[in-house]
Amino acid sequence: MKKEIQLAGFGGQGIVLSGVVLGEAAILDGLNAVQTQSYGPESRGGAARADVIISDTPIDYPKVVSPDILVVLSQPAYDKYGGQVGKQGLLIIDSDLVQCDDDALGVPFSKMADELGRRIVANVIMLGTLAKVSGCVTRDSLERAVLRNVPKGTEELNLSALDAGFRSA
Amino acid sequence: MEKQEYDAIRKLLGESPAFIQGDVACAYGAVLAGCRFFAGYPITPATETAESMAALMPRIGGTYIQMEDEIASIAALIGASWAGEKTMTTTSGPGFSLMQENIGYACMTETPCVIVDVQRSGPSTGQPTEPAQGDMMQARWGSHGDYEIIALVPNSVQECLDLVIEAFNLAERFRVPVIVLTDGEVGHMREKTVIPEFEDVEHVERTRPTGPKESYVPFGGGAAAVPPMGSFGLGYRTYVTGLTHTEKGLPATSSAEEHTKLVSRLCEKIRQASDSLVRLEERYLDDAEFAVVSYGITSRVALSAVRLLRRRKRKVGYLRLIGLWPFPEEQLFRLGKQVKGILVPEMNLGQMYHPIREAVRGKCRVAHLPKIGGEIHTPAEIVEAVERLMAGGRR
Repeated sequence: MKKEIQLAGFGGQGIVLSGVVLGEAAILDGLNAVQTQSYGPESRGGAARADVIISDTPIDYPKVVSPDILVVLSQPAYDKYGGQVGKQGLLIIDSDLVQCDDDALGVPFSKMADELGRRIVANVIMLGTLAKVSGCVTRDSLERAVLRNVPKGTEELNLSALDAGFRSA
Repeated sequence: MEKQEYDAIRKLLGESPAFIQGDVACAYGAVLAGCRFFAGYPITPATETAESMAALMPRIGGTYIQMEDEIASIAALIGASWAGEKTMTTTSGPGFSLMQENIGYACMTETPCVIVDVQRSGPSTGQPTEPAQGDMMQARWGSHGDYEIIALVPNSVQECLDLVIEAFNLAERFRVPVIVLTDGEVGHMREKTVIPEFEDVEHVERTRPTGPKESYVPFGGGAAAVPPMGSFGLGYRTYVTGLTHTEKGLPATSSAEEHTKLVSRLCEKIRQASDSLVRLEERYLDDAEFAVVSYGITSRVALSAVRLLRRRKRKVGYLRLIGLWPFPEEQLFRLGKQVKGILVPEMNLGQMYHPIREAVRGKCRVAHLPKIGGEIHTPAEIVEAVERLMAGGRR
């Protein structure tokens, strides 16, 4: 089993952190994972991308060649990477932020996050959706990985966000 | 290191396997190896090591100092090492350039220390967030004069941890600065990383003088000797200077004889041990007619490419340089005799290509596949270059 996952958006959306959580969940599932990232020198607002490869065998080349799953949370990210997803691949978009003609699973992550009270958890909702539709990590490991990476005091909010993601798909 | 001390550190490092960045793994390796002094100046993409050390050091009785710059950082390392500590700093290209003079000073004064250089695109400030392999030659020749150095190149997060431990042990054994050359990609990459158990961590301590204090000779011994180090406070009087010095450590700046003896010994202590310093990974080489020779992050791509080529029934092998300096000349010569051609992919416009070509001494063709700008090679690029080499092309 090998899954190449690419997450793209703009800086500040928690793109890189989502990749970290996803990779860590895979490790907790006993799999191998590599997470790499690319971002500009800006702390927010620039383009952000995280690549995650999950495999049950050692991973040599650490970058995504042709994503099995591509998540785009901004229009510029879609314009740049949208074409890279393979024929068998799955494209997930924030339906309020991205307009696209391709066959895509659109979920209003940001709006759902606003409804939960904090837009900042949109990425966690996205992880729930991603895990539900792809099955690349187990829900249990993903919950543990989320809890290991979020600030104290936000556990409940983040678990609700994850749950919202699982229920969205 | 005692088991009790290890256990206390181990507890701070959290669960294993961990999902951590290469930079953080360097910090983990350092504290497990016994590093208790870190001085540095933050720089992308090396800052995470400093951050980790800042969090860890105060909790294990160590010292973390953020210095005013990289010149001061390595100077502090040298002082702390003479005070008996195992020391490390981390930096990237611009900071590594600033450190060069004092790296020479550490070589001349035979001061063990570890320098992690998380390479980024240069020259100058270049592309701060992008990886490169542009400091391979600077690691070897960056300071002036004649000297030998040890440099190791990890290609995974696990190896960052493992090779930093090894770097400390080699620094102690040979009394030299040891440079660990990672890059922005390995430094920022997160991977599954196993934190080694107490029994699996080797701890080498520098040899201390034992004889009578009055007759102590701090820089003596035979032509390739690593003299016992009388760190400050032990009572063995040592004069430490970057000037050419006698066995007693006193300046002898006009003596051709003393200079030749000292500097030859500094080189010979590494050169004569070079067989024991060979660190290579070899795969698919038994029947190989062509080979890809690579190091660091590029080797991960090279291995993918070699596997793709093997699926096409191409007899292509893979050799990875883990120990970069001293350069494994003999092993490359042998490879050159075995194969018809070697491809050297690297993230610079031509660095390790040159010593490889020199080592091969014309026994086979050597083609270069440079790439700069911040993106690592793709497997397809290496596959294509190997196919070109097999078809008889030079580049």
